[in-house]
Amino acid sequence: MKLTLKIWRQKNSQDKGKMVEYKLNDVSADMSFLEMLDVLNEELTLKGEDPVAFDHDCREGICGMCSLYINGKPHGPKQTTTCQLHMRSFNDGDTIYIEPWRAKAFPVVKDLAVDRGAFDRIIQAGGYISVNTGVTVDANEIPIAKEIADKAFDAATCIGCGACVAACKNASAMLFVSAKVSQFTLLPQGKAERKRRVEAMVEQMDEEGFGACTNTGACAAECPKEISLENIARLNREYLFAKLTSNNV
Amino acid sequence: MSTQTIQKKTWYVNLLTSTLGRKFIMAGTGLFLVLFLAVHLIGNLQLLIPDEGKTFNEYAHFMGHNKFIQAISVGNFFFILLHIAYSFALTRYNISARPQQYAYAKTNNSSWTSRNMMILGTLVLIFIVVHLQAFWAKSKFGGLEPISYNGVEHHNLYLATKIAFAEWWIVLLYVVSMIALAFHLSHGVASAFQTLGLNHVKYTPLIKVFGYAFAIIVPFLFALIPVWMFIAQNM
Ligand code: HEM
Ligand code: SF4
Ligand code: FES
Repeated sequence: MKLTLKIWRQKNSQDKGKMVEYKLNDVSADMSFLEMLDVLNEELTLKGEDPVAFDHDCREGICGMCSLYINGKPHGPKQTTTCQLHMRSFNDGDTIYIEPWRAKAFPVVKDLAVDRGAFDRIIQAGGYISVNTGVTVDANEIPIAKEIADKAFDAATCIGCGACVAACKNASAMLFVSAKVSQFTLLPQGKAERKRRVEAMVEQMDEEGFGACTNTGACAAECPKEISLENIARLNREYLFAKLTSNNV
Repeated sequence: MSTQTIQKKTWYVNLLTSTLGRKFIMAGTGLFLVLFLAVHLIGNLQLLIPDEGKTFNEYAHFMGHNKFIQAISVGNFFFILLHIAYSFALTRYNISARPQQYAYAKTNNSSWTSRNMMILGTLVLIFIVVHLQAFWAKSKFGGLEPISYNGVEHHNLYLATKIAFAEWWIVLLYVVSMIALAFHLSHGVASAFQTLGLNHVKYTPLIKVFGYAFAIIVPFLFALIPVWMFIAQNM
């Protein structure tokens, strides 16, 4: 395949940045999208140019590290992670736009790599349960209805990639935060810190400068883990309930 | 753990200024306005009763003199101002959350309506201003013909509507505005329930159907009134 790539190049967080065009003449349809970028970087390095910086880690669709806004969509045309996107999803002669996630809360570090530390700080604010150490608890000691366990599990499959923020016209992090709140609040282990958690995580979400949700549904349509909008409704009611009834004055 | 402070402001200030809290206000005021629309429509449909406006004028007289209705009306004005003020503040905030736009963005992951509530709302706002100064201001501050029923003096609000709806461009403005309202509601009604956290496998599908039905039927009947009165006078 022959491809024309239009890639966002930005030297560092202070640089203004611009789209730069590259041509690739021998791309295999079996390559993953990231392998295609590896090929480009190989060529750039041989030419003595600066390779394109982009995030990746597992390349198995489980870590959430890869990103990229490809041809107008987070993670490209398929509802999957960029590492699981293959060049067979494109045609010979295509022009492909590759941009970083755009959000005030996700500043560009270099080229296509953005700082998603905002998500980490939201998790640090309350995305955990406090367990006093002791003997290991038997796995099935606390009975949990299968239906509830499944819902919590579905929410827990969020890999924190940030595609929801990238897709949303408001750069809202509601789908991510709602998944992280839901996975705990649904389970008995998470109930103890239920109110404090949702208050603290929403507070941090606002502090980071993510936009407000207007229920467009773009996040869920693009989420590689198919996190449901039902979680956002749960976050809304958990937050309202916590604000009205918690002891945090 | 429970004594640890989470928010920097007092809880209710924090609630009302957080992104979620501001959305609760949008949704709450929006749903109140939805209720208002239903009541307002039932009142206005009396314009179509062929009795030269007697029923409608008497109804308007009652609404204008009943203390309870007056109190609700003050609340209604307050809520619409709140809805508008918060919509401007939230929309500005949301735009600021993405300082740099994408060079190439596809939008087929969401409906046009859901992305353009501010544009639709602004069209409705323009309509509200025109509509209020045409009818409400007149009935409040004078400018309407008097008409007497059983010795009690009434404002002839019916006559004012009849005169207004003889003009094709006013009728057109009403129809276009009601289309904008229809789209605003087609996203807004169901969205408000989601915002308030009212989501359930059994009820959410019903809420969606209700939202669409309301968004089609109510603006349609509102638009029918000027069209009907125009045709009755000009054809
Ligand atoms: C009779 C008039 C109106 C009714 C019945 C109405 C109703 C609603 C409802 C039910 C919502 C959904 C709230 C939510 O998503 O949680 C909404 C949202 C919205 N309204 Fe209105 N509205 C009216 C007039 C206006 C006006 C005059 C404006 C602006 C000038 C406006 C701007 C907005 C905006 C921007 C949203 C989206 C807010 C968001 O989703 O965050 N609306 N409206
Ligand atoms: S909700 Fe989906 S899109 Fe958002 S961070 Fe989690 S996995 Fe990524
Ligand atoms: S690199 Fe880990 S999910 Fe894509």
